Amino acid sequence: MLSFIVRRLGSMVLTMLCLTLVVFFMVNLEPNLRKLSISQLDMRSSDEHIESWLVKNGYRDNFFVRYGRWLGVVQKQPYTDPATGQTAPRFSYCNEPAEPRYSGILQGDFGCSTKFKTTVAAKLFPALGATGMLMFWVMITMVPISLLIGILAGMREGSRTDRGLSVASITTTATPEYVSGVIFTVIFASWLGWLNGSAASATGQGITFYNFTLPVMTMAIYGIGYIARMTRASMVEVMTQQYIRTARLKGLGFNRVVVSHALRNALIAPFTVIMLQFPWLLTGVVIVETMFRYQGFGFMLVEAAGNNDIDLLLGCSLVSVLVVLLTQLISDVGYAYLNPRIRVQ
Amino acid sequence: METVGAFQIFVGALARFWPVWLALAIVLSASFLYRKKLGLYGQLFDSGVGIAGVGICFFWLFTALFSAQIAPFNPLAQVAIMKDAMPGSIEPSSGQVYLFGGDKLARDVFSRMVFGSQIVLIIAPTATAFALMVGITLGLPAGYYGGRIDSILSFLANLVLAFPVILLFYLLVTPGIMDTPIPYGLAGLFFLFPIIFFSALFWTRFKDRPDRIYLLLALTLIIGGWIYAGLVFDADPLGIISIRPNQLNIFVAVVFASSPGVFRIVRGLTMDIKTRDYVAAAQTRGESPWYIMLWEILPNARGPLIVDACLRIGYTTILLGTLGYFGLGLAPESPDWGTAIKDASRLLRSFIHPALPPTIALMSFVLGLNLLADALREQSMKD
Repeated sequence: MLSFIVRRLGSMVLTMLCLTLVVFFMVNLEPNLRKLSISQLDMRSSDEHIESWLVKNGYRDNFFVRYGRWLGVVQKQPYTDPATGQTAPRFSYCNEPAEPRYSGILQGDFGCSTKFKTTVAAKLFPALGATGMLMFWVMITMVPISLLIGILAGMREGSRTDRGLSVASITTTATPEYVSGVIFTVIFASWLGWLNGSAASATGQGITFYNFTLPVMTMAIYGIGYIARMTRASMVEVMTQQYIRTARLKGLGFNRVVVSHALRNALIAPFTVIMLQFPWLLTGVVIVETMFRYQGFGFMLVEAAGNNDIDLLLGCSLVSVLVVLLTQLISDVGYAYLNPRIRVQ
Repeated sequence: METVGAFQIFVGALARFWPVWLALAIVLSASFLYRKKLGLYGQLFDSGVGIAGVGICFFWLFTALFSAQIAPFNPLAQVAIMKDAMPGSIEPSSGQVYLFGGDKLARDVFSRMVFGSQIVLIIAPTATAFALMVGITLGLPAGYYGGRIDSILSFLANLVLAFPVILLFYLLVTPGIMDTPIPYGLAGLFFLFPIIFFSALFWTRFKDRPDRIYLLLALTLIIGGWIYAGLVFDADPLGIISIRPNQLNIFVAVVFASSPGVFRIVRGLTMDIKTRDYVAAAQTRGESPWYIMLWEILPNARGPLIVDACLRIGYTTILLGTLGYFGLGLAPESPDWGTAIKDASRLLRSFIHPALPPTIALMSFVLGLNLLADALREQSMKD
């Protein structure tokens, strides 16, 4: 088991290196660098001006050297004025010291956000906290509801409850966040006026039922159908097993059989599905946070991508890839842990 | 401004769809009558879910086909007086009704929804077809040979799958990227796969029958090469096939995002099926590996693949909507559903009527595909 985890961690590191290299390549494409320099200077800058800004801030250095600097295996160089020979930090708003040093991801320095004029760490971690809060409430609502629907539907396959719940869960998988968000806002904010159509106040004034229900509902609804269907399939399979029949023939009541014999075995498969749902939630986070103006990770990612904020975008992709890979690892390990047959092998 | 009532809007909308109802009536009743002879498709008509799925999918297919007849207005035309008009307002100059009202640029919401179906129904199924080709052509050898090919291809697939879709789109579908050769390079790579696939398909089966093989190969290469030249190099000699750069970009991004999923499914199915007796029999006969993969394994993996293709078209529709919602790739005035939802959702506080038609359209189309997939899965479980 330990060697399995070590091997998985090794391939995770390799995957992260490859992916950040790809992202680094994409954000450093000529049109993207141009977009960055125009957003930093002003719209009417001449080509020479843009070029000199890029050279001055080290964007014209060798690609791999710059990737190494971001990683922290090559020294970051301050800006040296060719006329006077004086050194100055590249971005003063990030408190970069004016001497060469190793300062990259490996040293815990995420770099400098050109859009928000602060360090990436100062922006990234509060945003992650805000999104974590959203995720927490989504999970709290999504998991119990979907497991309940799945178990109720799978308990008696082909019954009226099963058909009704199955069609309902198929419907929710057909409503992506930007659809359900609009529909819920129309119903609950515009017509009924019960809830706030924007979560912008959640950042400053704290989370309330009034401003946070719509984003949580919108995000949960897309996942509910999927998890419920997986739970249903797993429950249906368990209910046809021999030991369920034995328990029934022993004279146990139906509810007792479901609760104490079927449930535990039926919940193994949904566990992996729930863990693998995190990467999906990541896309959902971006849509929901943009739609309800909640200042979290997704909102920041859109801002970073729109302005080609290189360091922030790299930080975002690192975090999201880490989330995806870690949940995959946890789901594999957890699956082996929950399922005794695999554990013994 | 004169308006008509809710009932008249309802009847008017139903009436505008008359070519669709006609076509649906013909196709569905014919399919229902001959369902015993139509194989898997006919079996769909045995369950309510199947009928609903087929019905909804055909509804949008015919809507896309007859868009020009259904929509009363040009989806891009702006009639200044109709800005934010309520549903049922009558356009003064033509006397036609803005059935679902006007949007903030005074365009007819109903016509835009109808024309939006065209964009979705062209891009989503074709992109899914290309993703299937790529996934099958790479997944078969990965599952069949295993070993190093499998490790490398699986690593690459996991790499793409670990990428959050939205970040991938932001990096791949920005306007600036069209100045670089990346979309064309990727398109050149992806569009090669169907040609490889069909050439291998025919070659392995008919290589000892010169009367057929040359004809089939020539057809594959000519048609494939023609489409390839048109799509990738925009150099179709006949000028029929062409694609706008931004559409090519979307197409490539969607294929890129969904082919690793197909790859994983095909690989898993292949690993399962290659242990069967008929594969061992084919190996003993001395058939070539590619013959076994394409003519023994693939036909037996078709059930789950068809189900997955249905779900995947729905998923691609959702992806297209996401692209539209973030304003990536598609033109800002394009009538596709995602862009319409984006435009309307910004103004929800003042007007809700432009938001509802595109959301319900997108939802119902994906729902139809999901119901279809569910019915197909039920049927394949019965066998």
